[in-house]
Amino acid sequence: MIEGILIGLETAFSLKNLMMVMIGCFAGTIIGMLPGLGPMTAIALMIPITYGFEPSTGLILMAGVYYGAVFGGSTSSILINAPGIPGTVATSFDGYPMAQQGKAGKALAIAAYSSFAGGTIAAIFLLIAAPSLSKVSLAFRSPDYFGLMILGLTAVSAFSAKGHFLKAMMMVVLGLMLASVGQDTLSDIPRFTFQNMNLSDGISFVLVVMATFAMSEALTIIFKANDPTRVAKQISLSQLGSIKLDKTETKKMVTTIPRSSVLGFVIGVLPGAGSTIASFLAYGMERNFVNDEEKQKFGKGSVNGLSAPETANNAACSGSFVPLLTLGIPGSGTTAVMLGALLGFGIQPGPRLYQTNPEIFWSVIMSMYIGMVILLILNLPLIPYIARVLATPRTFLIPLILFFSVTGIYLMSFNNFDIYMMIGIAVVATILRLYDFPMPPLILAFVLGGLMEENLRRSLLISDGSWTFLWDRPLTLIIMLTILTIIGWQIYGSFFKNK
Amino acid sequence: MKISPSKIISLLFFIFSGFYLYTAHQIQVFTFDENAAFNAKTFPIYLGYAGLVFSALYIILPETKPSNVDLKVLDYKKTITLVILMILYGLTILRVGYFLSTSIFLVLSYIVLGERKWIWIFILSFPFVAIFMYLLHGLLNIYLRDPFLQFIGIMG
Repeated sequence: MIEGILIGLETAFSLKNLMMVMIGCFAGTIIGMLPGLGPMTAIALMIPITYGFEPSTGLILMAGVYYGAVFGGSTSSILINAPGIPGTVATSFDGYPMAQQGKAGKALAIAAYSSFAGGTIAAIFLLIAAPSLSKVSLAFRSPDYFGLMILGLTAVSAFSAKGHFLKAMMMVVLGLMLASVGQDTLSDIPRFTFQNMNLSDGISFVLVVMATFAMSEALTIIFKANDPTRVAKQISLSQLGSIKLDKTETKKMVTTIPRSSVLGFVIGVLPGAGSTIASFLAYGMERNFVNDEEKQKFGKGSVNGLSAPETANNAACSGSFVPLLTLGIPGSGTTAVMLGALLGFGIQPGPRLYQTNPEIFWSVIMSMYIGMVILLILNLPLIPYIARVLATPRTFLIPLILFFSVTGIYLMSFNNFDIYMMIGIAVVATILRLYDFPMPPLILAFVLGGLMEENLRRSLLISDGSWTFLWDRPLTLIIMLTILTIIGWQIYGSFFKNK
Repeated sequence: MKISPSKIISLLFFIFSGFYLYTAHQIQVFTFDENAAFNAKTFPIYLGYAGLVFSALYIILPETKPSNVDLKVLDYKKTITLVILMILYGLTILRVGYFLSTSIFLVLSYIVLGERKWIWIFILSFPFVAIFMYLLHGLLNIYLRDPFLQFIGIMG
């Protein structure tokens, strides 16, 4: 292993590869900040460029873009409540309220430190435990994945405000319903397409997230005549000071980061789970760990509430490389794109990657840590400038958000139908938001819908249509009991505790 | 008796779930798949029932935390105008082209929202869109359909 690490260090520290990490991080941050352009788009754009490089250099560049885009996504979540990727949706729960309170710089600093810490801890885990951790992910089977996804969806109850549990569950079902539109993945049978060709491929994630977050946020601001630029004026007056964290805030982060890193990394290792579940679970877990006073601050600008998902989604990014590099199974959509790029290089990731291409395996792991350092160096000094985005007056900010949203979906589909559908969903979402129907559960359900159906399909076929798969295996049983505990706790909290 | 808007929304969701469930039952599966443990309509059927259950529970149970919205203070005029502008933007983006339709959409949106600084309105529309297009089309090689710019010979 030592020899492998040295090979990795030698490759990662070459001038060319260092430059690639820097370029990747910078480009990723800029692209990730634009609503609608997440890491998948960013990496996909890089694939043609990387084919001119050696495989390790190409992969290092893509890894840099990945981390940069995740951080960039967090930035847009915090500043304009428009998460470019599902992994940063949870960041907006407390990041955006902090920005609205005039603490945008501080929120971005917390996100930067948490991302760095989460990514660093996970990179160390990856370095030490990559071979053995792949066995953990192998132990999970379809019923466990199905249970884990219900657990992720149930966890939304942890961050839907008291009294809105049923509203959150309705949004979960609506998200799953939207995800079921299009051809069935196995049989190619069209479902809910109403003979419209535009619906045969289903509804795009970017469309739903842009409509329910960016667009409906912009419309809600106009509808309710709020003025987010008041926050910007405060920021521009106290830019530098707002970045510094006080002792209490640092203390809160010190307790949050280790547990969220572990959770994020473990979830990231599981194929298909990825940073979205990690960030949502970390948010829910953190809410249960903190005291009652801090719990009340969740959703209103809590340091723990911002630090936990940010740490977890970066840790999960590192974790998702474990199944990719050791098993050849992508842990997320983004690593699936990277898998495609690797195959393009003529490299088949898997257990033999150690022997056949050790420089690729170890240099990627090493470059992850370098990427973390570069991201911190790059992003922290830029925070005051990034925060200035908020200084844009509402009269300019709202049309620009709408413009980025429409452009995001236009670039993906080049048809009017998707634009109209996005406007329709945004109008419905605006009305739902007005009456406290939460949007994050809808997004999470939409993302998990396909995977959930796939794992339920496998589980039911294996058990010959019997639902006993939910308690046959101890691991599934534990997951199901956790779900029941969360639901029971929510019902108790909603209907009995307040009486 | 006054029914809360949240309950009306839940009732609409109940009706929607019923329609979804009906449509799920209409999905045509292969004959050999009809009696399988899982086919293309299994999951949607469960979802339809879940939607009915959750919305029915919300309608039946008392609201623990009703949402209070003052409908009188909402700005309908600007919101509806913006939605109409977006629809027109969607209508023209392919026919007229990205540059002109986006720039005009931005100019009109700024004006609708009350902006009157004409220099900034201009800078943040036509030149801004041109730079953005150059980044996408020129540097990142992302195709942008623009019949207008092709017609005047700026874009190949």
